Amino acid sequence: MPNLMSGSQMLLECLMREGVECVFGYPGGVMLPLYDEMYEHPLRHVLVRHEENAAFAASGYAMATGKVGVCMATSGPGATNLVTGLVNALMDSIPIVAITGQVSTKLIGSDAFQEADTFGITRACTKHNYLVKSISDLPRIVHEAFYLASTGRRGPVLIDLPKDVLQAQAHYSPVSAIHLPGYKVYTDGHAGQIRRAAQMIWEAERPFVYAGGGIIASGAHDELRRLVELVDAPAVCTLMGLGGLPSSHPNFISMPGMHGSYAANMGMTNSDLLIALGVRFDDRVTGRLAAFAPHAKVIHVDIDPAEISKNRAADLPIVGDAKRVLQRLIKALEELAPEAASKKAEARRAWWQQIRAWQAEHPLVPEVSSTEIKPQHVMVEIDRISGGEAIICADVGQHQMWAAQFIRFNRPRLWINSGGLGSMGFGLPAAIGAQFACPDKLVFAVIGDGGFQMSIPELATIASNGLPVKIVVVNNGYLGMVRQWQQLFYNNRLCAVTLDCFPKAESLAAAYGFPGRTVDSPADLRPALEQAVSEPGPFLLDIKVSPEENVYPMVPAGGAIHEMILRPPQPVSVPK
Amino acid sequence: MLQTISLLVENKPGALMRITGVLSARGYNIDSLTVARTLDPGLSRMTIVVDVDPQLRQQVIKQMNKLVNVLQAIDLTDQPAVAREMLLMRVRAPMESRTAILKEAEIFGARVVDSSIDGFALELTGEAEKLEEFIDIMRAYGDIDVTRSGMVAVSLEPRKLRLSPPVPKADPVLQDPMRKGA
Ligand SMILES: Cc1ncc(C[n+]2csc(CCOP(=O)(O)OP(=O)(O)O)c2C)c(N)n1
Ligand SMILES: [Mg+2]
Repeated sequence: MPNLMSGSQMLLECLMREGVECVFGYPGGVMLPLYDEMYEHPLRHVLVRHEENAAFAASGYAMATGKVGVCMATSGPGATNLVTGLVNALMDSIPIVAITGQVSTKLIGSDAFQEADTFGITRACTKHNYLVKSISDLPRIVHEAFYLASTGRRGPVLIDLPKDVLQAQAHYSPVSAIHLPGYKVYTDGHAGQIRRAAQMIWEAERPFVYAGGGIIASGAHDELRRLVELVDAPAVCTLMGLGGLPSSHPNFISMPGMHGSYAANMGMTNSDLLIALGVRFDDRVTGRLAAFAPHAKVIHVDIDPAEISKNRAADLPIVGDAKRVLQRLIKALEELAPEAASKKAEARRAWWQQIRAWQAEHPLVPEVSSTEIKPQHVMVEIDRISGGEAIICADVGQHQMWAAQFIRFNRPRLWINSGGLGSMGFGLPAAIGAQFACPDKLVFAVIGDGGFQMSIPELATIASNGLPVKIVVVNNGYLGMVRQWQQLFYNNRLCAVTLDCFPKAESLAAAYGFPGRTVDSPADLRPALEQAVSEPGPFLLDIKVSPEENVYPMVPAGGAIHEMILRPPQPVSVPK
Repeated sequence: MLQTISLLVENKPGALMRITGVLSARGYNIDSLTVARTLDPGLSRMTIVVDVDPQLRQQVIKQMNKLVNVLQAIDLTDQPAVAREMLLMRVRAPMESRTAILKEAEIFGARVVDSSIDGFALELTGEAEKLEEFIDIMRAYGDIDVTRSGMVAVSLEPRKLRLSPPVPKADPVLQDPMRKGA
């Protein structure tokens, strides 16, 4: 029979049908039937050095392309190692499918070797998960998993595959339809609501666009730009939405929130209409909710009905896909223009004057010094080389915030970072995924010395695949973001934040067979970055930056976003 | 305040855990939970009574509706609905109090489902308050053992059930160049 297949073959067949090009994984006992099948299979398997990084690499791949990223791990420890990556993907709505091995169905529940209740453990870490009990369910489940991961609000889906299901044989017939009666995908948005939104927008005197990751996920960047220009409203992109509007766009006024720009936060606070697009009013954006945008009515467009009025009540909710809703909203706005537009023209002019004044009052200017390398200076130099076109994969910490503040993005899917979970160790494996997805693009991994040390094993993955990732360690000798909080809010009692041992970049990189360089003077910064980029393969740069730099502006936890700390406070004495 | 949630769910492994997970992840304690098959053996009807922060009631319903296995989750707390609970009780009944116990049961409309020299097993259906009154009274007669079913509720208004139709699977996105390598 030509279509008699093993579970392993069926899985691979389904992955091919989903257009999967490569998977990031790590084998183990119960996965052997599958890996044996992959021995002769064209599907590319990338061996990472830790399963967490398989999930992060799959996420980087997904964020760079919009396609579903795939990761694999064996049962027990392999599966539990995936957990952080799954939660990260859940928080940031990243479409990934995770495939884990499981002990044979007969052994499930017997505390068998390398058995873990993966289905139970990952229930709260995924959008949906499956335990495949029979080979006859396998094709349906695989296609459902891809469908769920890549539609509606994107997210991770896990498939737990017992060894005997991989080994079983059955006739394969392609799945012709996905039937998930309880899974609702909202796309178009309510026509009446969209019309009302258009009216509200023209009637507003101080409109403000607050755009997030939903713009990137739905590919609504052109529509966002059109909207912003049509209405001539100031716009911010959240940490997850950077690149949704080109950073160079005149209406773009940076990122809002805890480390947002003064103008962004003042604009939000004083706006009379927030046009919230694919955002979730995260506490890092809103600060103290009660004081957030107190004068604003809120139009909230989101694909996930549960986000509407979760944190901030929406005056006008529209549940739908950002791209489709914006297309229709733009039409509705155009129908009402130009009469509607001219009515508030004067108020709008004043609003822009005010916004520009805030921008001038406290612009986001990078610290630069001629005697020491300021971390912000590193970002400016990366930005210069990138020209808004490189893929920047950041880790988590101060460097992430500086990168978000000072590196510009001309288009979506260039800025890849861990927002909702804020998971250290994300940047380097994400860069691996992004570089696999976009082999011809310049990919930077911009990482702290802390996060880098969580990811060092992946230097092997980079080296063995010859990935030309440019690794930039922003080395301040500290768990900088934690040190900043200890300094500002815990009387500078620095506890467990000193990273006083760091491998020599030249030696470390050489050990993996590629070049590295330590940079400690501002004069060398640009040449070093240029050297890194001109190398055909990977490059490790260890940039020693001024250790005590802090990220500003800063909204203290629990503060209102207009109450920013704009400048470093007076020097504090270090306790003995 | 107690909230009554009625759910129609696919009878799939893990579905119950996903639903209770929405509550346990937020630290809510479930007061009662019932689940049983519906006319369609592939579906179950579930009634959950839970003490939810008033501002979060909507959110909890939305999160439940988001679950792939949930066809419908509705808040019956302030809706026209009938809610009932069943109680099974073992009561020790020495000879001298047997008649009184039976009288009491009759007043409440409880049925005797077992009788022995030691006592009775009684069954009572009704609103939760009625069950509680009955329990209080029967306590006076001595040792009792009670098992309650938890609340089952039915909405008195017809509810439109919006189900997603099957989505045709697009033509396979076969990776031609890779296929060649095979
Ligand atoms: C896995 C994980 N553990 C702990 C934290 C808490 N945390 C947030 S930022 C940070 C410091 C990061 O230090 P480093 O990587 O050197 O970056 P820097 O802030 O110095 O730029 C820590 C420990 C985290 N976000 N993720
Ligand atoms: Mg650091």
